[in-house]
Amino acid sequence: MKITDEEVRRIAELAALALRDDEVEKLAKDLDNILSHMDKLNELDTTGVEPMAQVLFDAEETATLREDREKPCLTNSEALQNAPVSGGGYFKVPRVIER
Amino acid sequence: MSHTISSIRAGLLQKEFSAEEFTRQALELAEKENPKTNAYLTFSAVRAMEAAEAVDRKIAAGEDPGALAGVPVAVKDVIVTKGLRTTCGSKLLEHYVPPYDATAVIRLEQAGGIIIGKTNCDEFAMGSSNENSAYGPVRNPVALDRVPGGSSGGSAAVVAQGTAVVALGSDTGGSVRQPASFCGVAGVTPTYGRVSRYGLTAFASSLDHIGPFARTTRDAAALLKVIAGRDEMDATSASAPVPDYVAGLTGDVRGLKIGLPREYFEGLSTDTGDRIHAAVETLKKLGCEVRDISLPHTPYAIATYYIIATAEASANLARYDGVRYTTRAAGAGTLTDMYRETRDEGFGAECKRRIMLGTYVLSAGYYDAYYIKAQKVRALIAKDYAEAFQSVDAIVGPVSPFPAFKIGEKVDDPVAMYLSDIYTITGSLAGIPCMSVPCGLTEGGLPVGLQILTRHFDETTMFRVADAYERVST
Repeated sequence: MKITDEEVRRIAELAALALRDDEVEKLAKDLDNILSHMDKLNELDTTGVEPMAQVLFDAEETATLREDREKPCLTNSEALQNAPVSGGGYFKVPRVIER
Repeated sequence: MSHTISSIRAGLLQKEFSAEEFTRQALELAEKENPKTNAYLTFSAVRAMEAAEAVDRKIAAGEDPGALAGVPVAVKDVIVTKGLRTTCGSKLLEHYVPPYDATAVIRLEQAGGIIIGKTNCDEFAMGSSNENSAYGPVRNPVALDRVPGGSSGGSAAVVAQGTAVVALGSDTGGSVRQPASFCGVAGVTPTYGRVSRYGLTAFASSLDHIGPFARTTRDAAALLKVIAGRDEMDATSASAPVPDYVAGLTGDVRGLKIGLPREYFEGLSTDTGDRIHAAVETLKKLGCEVRDISLPHTPYAIATYYIIATAEASANLARYDGVRYTTRAAGAGTLTDMYRETRDEGFGAECKRRIMLGTYVLSAGYYDAYYIKAQKVRALIAKDYAEAFQSVDAIVGPVSPFPAFKIGEKVDDPVAMYLSDIYTITGSLAGIPCMSVPCGLTEGGLPVGLQILTRHFDETTMFRVADAYERVST
């Protein structure tokens, strides 16, 4: 397994991370080391094993649906209180659509 | 401060001190001692004094002041507190002031607990040494040149130092038990779903737990009782009734079957191994039946954990995008650049490494080979425990392969750091209750933790074993 710098940049795009060149180089090395350790899992035959996505308990009801009732929640100003930029009751971001 | 939950209660009810006086002293002590360890990031004097006054009013009115009346509590800074800065150990959230309280926080305050401050931790709970905090490492109060463990290093340190009586931490792969063992205090990871995670900043949702730290098993059990139980705000919280854990501390462990997994004794440092073996001898003397067991998939746990945890983290940390959480990179012209640059500036190296790894294992072409494969192996690891618990009531072993290491000693080798989590992540993957209880010191004077693991929702047996051991060892 050899992770290329190019592959690191592709993953960084997916992860929405703008990496500096020195970070790309270091991450390529780190990911390579970590992933070669992870290849150990291929020693195991997992044919027919059901993937475990969540800890579930035999005795527990797994359906957790509740009644859909209206309840108090955060106010608009509370929800916006940590926004770096807000206005008119909304989060503001750089322009997305050109006029 | 050598107080316990019950000694504070007695002091309050016998009018030796008021909650207000006691809290003021606790705050003064914590602020004075903090420069030694850097364990607290934020103090909450106003909120603490208000809570203390409420306890005094209840006592004056002859009402029950609650199970945690007047107890100074520290809360890991990944658990949100309304109106009180919550940084998650990240530069990104340096100015984040949550608009709501975590359920565990609400419950401990309703029980009369006094939150005196928020504790340092690895950024977004990612680390095993507390060196990944944007606010500097925490120093271990037992040996100031050493790490307190991580990621809940601050919470472990304040309890060990005596600048809080109990504390909340969070544990995804060992982040309560490992620092508890490094600092010589009790630390508990309850059954998955036992404590509501509402208000716990999400790292890996299928593995995240909130858990207590205390200087005694009794206090850890009392704190868990207060915070455990179904919460409508967390769909994964369990509705199983919460037993009275303290009432279960009978000191009697005769006839209890204890399993020693042979895989847990490979690669142990001699010093740590000696302490664990001595603790096992003590359990035998107390009447436990000790037998060897095998958890054959243990060698695959690290790879399994770091695939699942990073995959979930890469999704959970997507929310830090410069829109909602206080920090935005200056000067980005487009929305995409704003996301990318905010995240590059805001996240530290370990978070980026895990986001990258998690994104990789979830990406097209690798999803089945890594992520689904890891979920299958996770099922095998959980099955190892289920089978073991058919013949034993509890499993004991080490928490960490070695005691607290020197600050800086392992920072350059992420793989070595991940490998040190071997004994804690297996229990996390299975979702069973596990705890660390102090079991003596190495020749160099560093604390060692004994890990006790039991069946899902059987915290009672886990606490009973730890408490029985504590009674004869301290």
